[in-house]
Amino acid sequence: MSKSGLFKSSVGRKFAMALSALFLMIFLLQHLVINITAVFSPDTFNELSHFMGTNPAVQFLAQPILIFAVVFHFVMGMYLETQNRAARPVSYKNYKGGANSSWMSRNMAISGLVILAFLVLHFIDFWFPEINTKYIVGDMSGMHNGEYRYYEELLHKFANPARVIAYVVAFGLLALHLLHGFGSAFQSMGQNNKYIDGLKKFGVFYSIAVPLGFILIAISLYVTTLN
Amino acid sequence: MNLTLKIWRQKNADDKGQMVEYPISDISPDMSFLEMLDVLNEGLVAKDEAPVAFDHDCREGICGMCSLHINGEPHGPDRGVTTCQLHMRSFKDGDTIYIEPFRAKAFPIIKDLVVDRSAFDRIQHAGGYVSVNTSGNTQDANSLPVPKADADMAFDAATCIGCGACVAACKNSSAMLFTSAKVSQYALLPQGKIEASNRVQNMVAQMDAEGFGNCSNTGACEAECPKGISLENIARMNRELIKAKSAVKH
Amino acid sequence: MTKIDAKIPSGALKDKWTKHKNNINLVNPANKRLIDVIVVGTGLAGGSAAATLAELGYNVKAFAFQDSPRRAHSIAAQGGINAAKNYQGDGDSIYRLFYDTVKGGDYRSREANVYRLAEVSANIIDQCVAQGVPFARDYGGLLDNRSFGGVLVSRTFYAKGQTGQQLLLGAYSAMNRQISRGKIKMYNRHEMLDVVIVDGKARGIIARDLVTGKVERHSAHAVVVGSGGYGNIFFLSTNAMGSNGSAAWKIHKKGAYFANPCFTQIHPTCIPVAGELQAKLTLMSESLRNDGRIWVPKNMDDVKAIRAGKLKPTQIKEEDRDYYLERRYPAFGNLVPRDVASRAAKERCDAGYGVNQTGQAVYLDFASAIERYGKETAHVQGLDENDKALVTKLGKGVIENKYGNLFQMYEKIVDENPYETPMMIFPAVHYTMGGIWVDYNLMTTIPGLYAIGEANFSDHGANRLGASALMQGLADGYFVLPYTIGDYLSNDIRTGPISTDHKAFEEAEKEVIDRLEHLINNKGTTSVDTFHRKLGLIMWNKCGMARNKEGLTSAIEEIKALREEFWKDVRVPGGRFEFNEELAKAGRVADYLELGELFAKDALLREESCGGHFREESQSEEGEAKRDDENFKYVAMWEYTGNPADAILHKEDLVYENIELKTRSYK
Repeated sequence: MSKSGLFKSSVGRKFAMALSALFLMIFLLQHLVINITAVFSPDTFNELSHFMGTNPAVQFLAQPILIFAVVFHFVMGMYLETQNRAARPVSYKNYKGGANSSWMSRNMAISGLVILAFLVLHFIDFWFPEINTKYIVGDMSGMHNGEYRYYEELLHKFANPARVIAYVVAFGLLALHLLHGFGSAFQSMGQNNKYIDGLKKFGVFYSIAVPLGFILIAISLYVTTLN
Repeated sequence: MNLTLKIWRQKNADDKGQMVEYPISDISPDMSFLEMLDVLNEGLVAKDEAPVAFDHDCREGICGMCSLHINGEPHGPDRGVTTCQLHMRSFKDGDTIYIEPFRAKAFPIIKDLVVDRSAFDRIQHAGGYVSVNTSGNTQDANSLPVPKADADMAFDAATCIGCGACVAACKNSSAMLFTSAKVSQYALLPQGKIEASNRVQNMVAQMDAEGFGNCSNTGACEAECPKGISLENIARMNRELIKAKSAVKH
Repeated sequence: MTKIDAKIPSGALKDKWTKHKNNINLVNPANKRLIDVIVVGTGLAGGSAAATLAELGYNVKAFAFQDSPRRAHSIAAQGGINAAKNYQGDGDSIYRLFYDTVKGGDYRSREANVYRLAEVSANIIDQCVAQGVPFARDYGGLLDNRSFGGVLVSRTFYAKGQTGQQLLLGAYSAMNRQISRGKIKMYNRHEMLDVVIVDGKARGIIARDLVTGKVERHSAHAVVVGSGGYGNIFFLSTNAMGSNGSAAWKIHKKGAYFANPCFTQIHPTCIPVAGELQAKLTLMSESLRNDGRIWVPKNMDDVKAIRAGKLKPTQIKEEDRDYYLERRYPAFGNLVPRDVASRAAKERCDAGYGVNQTGQAVYLDFASAIERYGKETAHVQGLDENDKALVTKLGKGVIENKYGNLFQMYEKIVDENPYETPMMIFPAVHYTMGGIWVDYNLMTTIPGLYAIGEANFSDHGANRLGASALMQGLADGYFVLPYTIGDYLSNDIRTGPISTDHKAFEEAEKEVIDRLEHLINNKGTTSVDTFHRKLGLIMWNKCGMARNKEGLTSAIEEIKALREEFWKDVRVPGGRFEFNEELAKAGRVADYLELGELFAKDALLREESCGGHFREESQSEEGEAKRDDENFKYVAMWEYTGNPADAILHKEDLVYENIELKTRSYK
């Protein structure tokens, strides 16, 4: 039996999935905290957005890592999913998955793909325009008509109810993805024993609270545009 | 009871196979599921048709030979039992019952409901043992005390009967629960610690080579395991493997 | 009659094995690589033998009819394994284990073999612990023991109710290590259909690949048969569905003497037969008799009311119950040996007191144990001992801790809650003490052919004690055979590989194929199982718990007639070159139809009652078994001559130099 590197084994790959997931979950929390300020203090939101958008450490270190994590999590996830499907070439005529496992645990690829589709929308909405403004047009000021443009642009996007609905749906699926993913990540890293019941409870709280936070922000911004 | 059976029939490994419907009547609720199949087969033989091939042996839930996927679940709807321990009282008069083989690329079908689970054996060959000779000169059994909690946990892991329900239930056909049960048993005992690193690496490598899917922690295996083998064993194996792979090689 | 040489070493009993090991020939490690050994069966005996022989350096080919060695029926053993470790300091010793085993076997086993078994027993535990077998331990981390029937010490090691499983997986793991080293070549789903004798020596087997149906020749310098017992001859037994006596019967037909075929163990505590279509019986561990009390109603009116469903057992008053074991055997009560308990149950049911529809069941009641434990626990916890509900609740908890898995198993099968109402039990066939005759080296009467574990006859006499089967299987495989086989193989170091082109292989293969063809092409009208069920009924009714001359004589005729009908009328669907379980079963039942006749013939010859063999003609006035040492203190060895009816009897006289023969009494 040849022994090879950690990431050549199924267990190692799941470990890598878990590590990238943990990184993404931390990022998600950070993103939520910044977004919350948009509801309570547009000025703070503008300042934070400008910092994140122009700080070289964030832009040229954190951002590539984040993109790598997203791409890795997606590519590896799809690779593993393909392997998993190949492991049962002939499927059951009668398969009662619901009898022994949750819907979200069996459909991580589906929730993941929806989240990915959302990310594309999200990039089109914010990231590409940002990149265009900053690095192609070359305007690093973050200003528009003498004021920070970030909050205004945000409000503008959320004036469209279709977009708000898309966001709500995507975050709903994110919640489902996290509800299984949080505990699953710790299991893949070998952490499962009677002492981590608390962690599991926190996982459920996180998985509901974070997407719900994003949803509430989207709705609140939409309501703001109505006034 | 009168029932309709939908059973997977497949002549041999190369045959395509299909579901075939068989009505069956006058089944007593006190019969075991396999006795019901015995009755069906008796009838088929009387009609000079080929009886349905299925694996079975001890018929008391310990040998791990029986392996049917019944109404969408390995070993049927009851929990904590093997197919041979399932009784017809778990069904209602008029029910339609789907009976399929355990399905996985690593468990090729031999005939009808009989599958080849030798992949499990090969995983064990890769490291499911302690390298100690039966010389008769081993040290006294009590010279190495083992904490009761560890011994009990090792026992719980060791009660795996190798039936393959974990693979059959898993949407990914993953063999993690099976492999981790053996890895855990030895990881928990002082006798097994010496070879722990090589064991987990070799057994996982063999498991992957057999074409089982990856674990996505759905927990279906634990729910369907007739012996209640815990997911904690999978976590322990993950831990053991990560530890082994990240250790500095000498 | 030829003189039988069991090759028992001379000298004092306690020195025989050591002396023998010092004197026998060895094969040097380099030469072992040139020698092949076939092992048929991979249970505790076959599995442990295969692993050890491979460790020693021999090239082993192992055969199992199941899909993996791990499925062998040793896996179903529940209670435990005896070993004279004396960890409890309760006065156990090698001699005491030896003595208990010989006495429990009703003085029909060979002293030297049993002593050796007791001698190596301690080592089995050491070996298994070293392999990582998770035996039960106490809070100090040391091994725990429990007691079993028929003995006065606590010497049984266990792993909950799954000791057989854990020990078998231990042997399986030892095999796996050798398989990965290439020293064992494993043939799963292969069934041995004959042994091949070349120039008077066992040199190989003919086996059928059960998946492809192909008949194969396999050669070796020696053949070891560890294929288990033949309890399934009764159709209904606690054996696995596939357990069969064919390997043993085939070697018998090729010249290996069959010893004491009538010695069968009928286990007293099994779940009763529920319907005509039942395929197998389930054992409830002997350990239950520690706490359960066995009874039937005293009054026939109550029996009738119970059968009619008008009365529940819990409604019968204490004074109207007949605790017949406690009544008849006050000293041992419910813990008499298995043969005695089984016969007593049969006596009550024959008298009409059976408590289920078929009249074939007695109660095993835990109510008083629940109350006793409940009161004890209440006392310990300082609670009210007179609170009935509380006491019952606490008591049930204690019982659940001890026997939870068995109670759950019972409830699953019978659909009644044994915590609330007494269990119904009845004796069932469990183990066969009889088997292939072997000498002290475990070699059969065919040179180079060995029989180990339940397949041989050696250690249990006429009745086996609980937790001794596992001990014997592992003793034979790990510690006895690997030494003794070397003595024989030392002559084979220059033989070179055995060719399968020899005429003997050709002939054996042809015989096997002819028989398979015959079965497939017979195109009769009756299924294999129907014949098996019929045979089982004859065996159970006439060669079961009580036997008499008339019944045995007619059994012989009935079996003969059934056998003739079988060959004329059996229907085997399908073809020869496919996975065909009916064909495999047909071959096994055909063998049982011959073995059954020899079984009855042996039982007819033995006009005494001993252990599991009870001849109604030989009993005391109180209905207890009466042994006849003057005329039957021997091993009956049968030589095959072409027909079971014409088998020639040889006798190995049993010599007791270290134990005084006594009448067993449990009163």
